[in-house]
Amino acid sequence: MKYRSAFDIIGPVMVGPSSSHTAGAVRIGRVARSLFEKQPKKVDIHLYGSFATTYKGHGTDLALVAGLLDFDTFNERIPDSLKIANEVNMEVVFHEEGAIPEHPNTVKLVLASDEQTLEVIGVSIGGGAIEIKEINSFKLKLSGDPAFLVMHQDKFGVVSCVTSILSKYKINIGHMEVSRKEKGDMAIMVIQVDQKIEDAVLNEIKELSNVRGVIRMVA
Amino acid sequence: MFRNVAELVSLAEQSQVKIAEIMIRQEIEVSGRPREEIIAKMEQNLDVMEKALERGLSGVKSQTGLTGGDAVLLQNYIRSGKGLSGNLLLDAVSKAVATNEVNAAMGVICATPTAGSAGVVPGTLFAVKEKLNPTRMEMIEFLFTAAAFGFVVANNATVSGAAGGCQAEVGSAAGMAAASIVEMAGGTPRQAAEAMAITLKNMLGLVCDPVAGLVEVPCVKRNAMGASNALTAADMALAGITSRIPCDEVIAAMYEIGKTMPSALRETAQGGLAATPTGRRLEAEIFGEPKGKLKDYLVASIS
Repeated sequence: MKYRSAFDIIGPVMVGPSSSHTAGAVRIGRVARSLFEKQPKKVDIHLYGSFATTYKGHGTDLALVAGLLDFDTFNERIPDSLKIANEVNMEVVFHEEGAIPEHPNTVKLVLASDEQTLEVIGVSIGGGAIEIKEINSFKLKLSGDPAFLVMHQDKFGVVSCVTSILSKYKINIGHMEVSRKEKGDMAIMVIQVDQKIEDAVLNEIKELSNVRGVIRMVA
Repeated sequence: MFRNVAELVSLAEQSQVKIAEIMIRQEIEVSGRPREEIIAKMEQNLDVMEKALERGLSGVKSQTGLTGGDAVLLQNYIRSGKGLSGNLLLDAVSKAVATNEVNAAMGVICATPTAGSAGVVPGTLFAVKEKLNPTRMEMIEFLFTAAAFGFVVANNATVSGAAGGCQAEVGSAAGMAAASIVEMAGGTPRQAAEAMAITLKNMLGLVCDPVAGLVEVPCVKRNAMGASNALTAADMALAGITSRIPCDEVIAAMYEIGKTMPSALRETAQGGLAATPTGRRLEAEIFGEPKGKLKDYLVASIS
């Protein structure tokens, strides 16, 4: 099931005008920002489908940038986000793409700083709910369950170290995916669990050798 | 976990509780959070709805000037005593409009189930409140009941205008509201489901064709009619009228219709009212240049 909570239906509390084109867009921008772990210098925003045709009317541009600035969906400064991005020297370039995506509300964000780039493809599926489809070409499948992402070295035993910690805290895994670009290179684990994950658990995973980073995707 | 309306109704009947209670119990189980926390969170949403509604009733204007002020006109009209369709109905309509006018003005609202359809549930709730005098807890339950029905639609069909047209947004919101009104008025879970079915049946096929891509025209007035549809259907269900087509099948029909709806009529601002001469003129006035025509869009889709 895509939706798990009553608050996916009654909620979010947000700045208008559209849950999918505004609130969902803020959330996608914010996930990308938290994956990047800092404010990017430049962001290329590629809009597809309904996002490409109606983004100005729905404030999707303002919302994505607000998310990239780490604002929440109810932040009253969302209407001023483009101005704020300019003030904090975050360059934003919009691209209206003609390609027809699988889901009409699709966006690709390419975040860049001097030393790194990150590509995130997100979809706003309705009512403010989002799905992150790809991170740096890694294909993901996330829904509303609490989930986190582990960036790690592709090496034997790392997966079992992470799952041992979850088992120690009696956390059940509902869905898990592991993918990598090349053997021995950077790999990503996406783990969906059945209950709320405390910070202590994530910190313990972060301490593991061969783990480069842990990011909470869905609280 | 309930997967459809039939299961939701039978769960409520078996345990002899309201649908709201089934939703609350499920939320406790899924989130692992205590009941008080869940109730408190829904009360915060209720507070946001009340504030948005009050703001709209005092008069707002969107940045484009396309919407705003109609909630005030309706309240003045109600006070004049000349209303034909009954004060409760007009009050619900004005409060639905108020909420969506605030949304169009980029104000803070609570999505129910989406922002574009955020007026129907609070609009009907705060109008029915005047007649039924519910406790605060009963108002919170109204929202949980609405959530339960919306949950079924979102998981089995869609609540996104881009995916299923306005029937998926305002249609779902109106169905959710109708079910909640029935429950607040003392109707059975089964009657709540009938109200949802009757409402949604009468919103099938409604397209999403926002002028200039803005959540303003016709969205605000679609919320008005969603509220009015919900109240009428709730009264019908409370009178003992049932839907010949079961609620779950109506939801499935809505989804099928949404999937076959052309892209031009699903929140792309390419067809319907958005493509009328006036719609295009307003778009040009707001954004300066007209967007690609429908034909160009279809050619681009094929190539």
